[in-house]
Amino acid sequence: MSDRVSIKIPRPLYVRLQQVIGDSGFSSPTDFIVFVLRDLVGTLEPERLGELSQDELVAVRKKLENLGYL
Amino acid sequence: MIEAHGGRLISRIANESEQDRWREELPDLKHVTLNRRELSDVEMIATGAMSPLEGFMSQRDYEHVCEHGRLANGIPWTIPITLAVSSELIAAEQITVGENVALQDIEGTVFAVLEIADIYKVDKDHEAQTVLKTTDTAHPGVAYLQKTGDTYLGGRITMLQRPTHDRFEDFRLDPRETRFLFKEKGWDTVAAFQTRNPIHRAHEYLQKCALELVDALLIHPIMGETKSDDIPPDVRLECYNALLKGYYPAGRVAMSILPAAMRYAGPREAIFHAIIRKNYGCTHFIVGRDHAGVGGYYGTYDAHHIFKEFEALELGITPLFFDHAFYCNSCENMASQKTCPHGSDQHVFLSGTKIREMLSNGESLPPEFTRPEVSEILERHYSNEAVTVGS
Repeated sequence: MSDRVSIKIPRPLYVRLQQVIGDSGFSSPTDFIVFVLRDLVGTLEPERLGELSQDELVAVRKKLENLGYL
Repeated sequence: MIEAHGGRLISRIANESEQDRWREELPDLKHVTLNRRELSDVEMIATGAMSPLEGFMSQRDYEHVCEHGRLANGIPWTIPITLAVSSELIAAEQITVGENVALQDIEGTVFAVLEIADIYKVDKDHEAQTVLKTTDTAHPGVAYLQKTGDTYLGGRITMLQRPTHDRFEDFRLDPRETRFLFKEKGWDTVAAFQTRNPIHRAHEYLQKCALELVDALLIHPIMGETKSDDIPPDVRLECYNALLKGYYPAGRVAMSILPAAMRYAGPREAIFHAIIRKNYGCTHFIVGRDHAGVGGYYGTYDAHHIFKEFEALELGITPLFFDHAFYCNSCENMASQKTCPHGSDQHVFLSGTKIREMLSNGESLPPEFTRPEVSEILERHYSNEAVTVGS
């Protein structure tokens, strides 16, 4: 099974992306879209929002307790 | 909780999927070796201490910072955060915009990757003059610029591995961790105190004045690269611990190490230090006399005056300005030029040279100047140093 799926976007947008990427180094609109989406999703992850994950929370609490701050 | 500078606390620490992706690419990447300051900058950027920066500055940001003390988008930022390489390296390795490079330390351990968005040549004298206000090579910041490459690489970084610290690991708290601490403790207002020296009674006085106004105090010593004649970090930490144990309310004070490198940029660094502390969640920042100064390059209160160049709202963190403080024999307490009516003959003040001289001779510092516990630690340090130098 392929590890890729197809997503449909409006053709005018696809054509516009072809123009936008121009000589930017991206080999296709697909590569560009994957790059942008990966970046966008990354910014929405907890650590990107400055939040602590559950594991980090436990570790930080322990660290602060050892320092006598909590 | 106070917002990070620019509105969002940045994290450029690779998560699991990013680690996998970058580790696959690493064998094909060219390598750039960082010095200690650049390595500490990577750590500061990645943990969000330098929010809103996500990497080393592009030419546009760099020029705006040098000329205007702001990023290209207008956000206050007074110190260039740059990655210097030689033009020979760029040519030899054929490094180009758009490619990714691995960032390693001198031992070859890769800590981060840089997505190169900009490669630009710089005029170091111009940078020194605009940022450090001098081109005198006796200034440690100018000397640093002179010995680093003439070309800067700009672009976003992703940290794959934390730089290793052989000491004080427990005392290293990232912005997300100090923010968590403040929230857990219910501290709405926290004043940060920046230091690269042992804390004498004058500093203690400023901190306690601040503590009268806010919920808590964060003692935030710089333990990144400092001058060779500064007191070593382990000795300073011992001094801070002795003071905290004996003279500060445990439930309202925390100490954490800041991994930043000193720039000795005086007033500009005062703004920079304030912004960094805002990212750590502090609402107030103590600015004393000659903050981040060195030699006679800056006026005693230049670091106070520079705050007038920015609107309070755009900085977000409130500076707490303090004049020169001392013990006054007539007042019989700590005071400053603002509060004491007596002449300087009544003030107990020792210059750095005098302190070093007394300690080197095995003399204790007067208790009006330094707490005995701190004096004892410093005396021990200087006597060990004398043995080392003499042997």
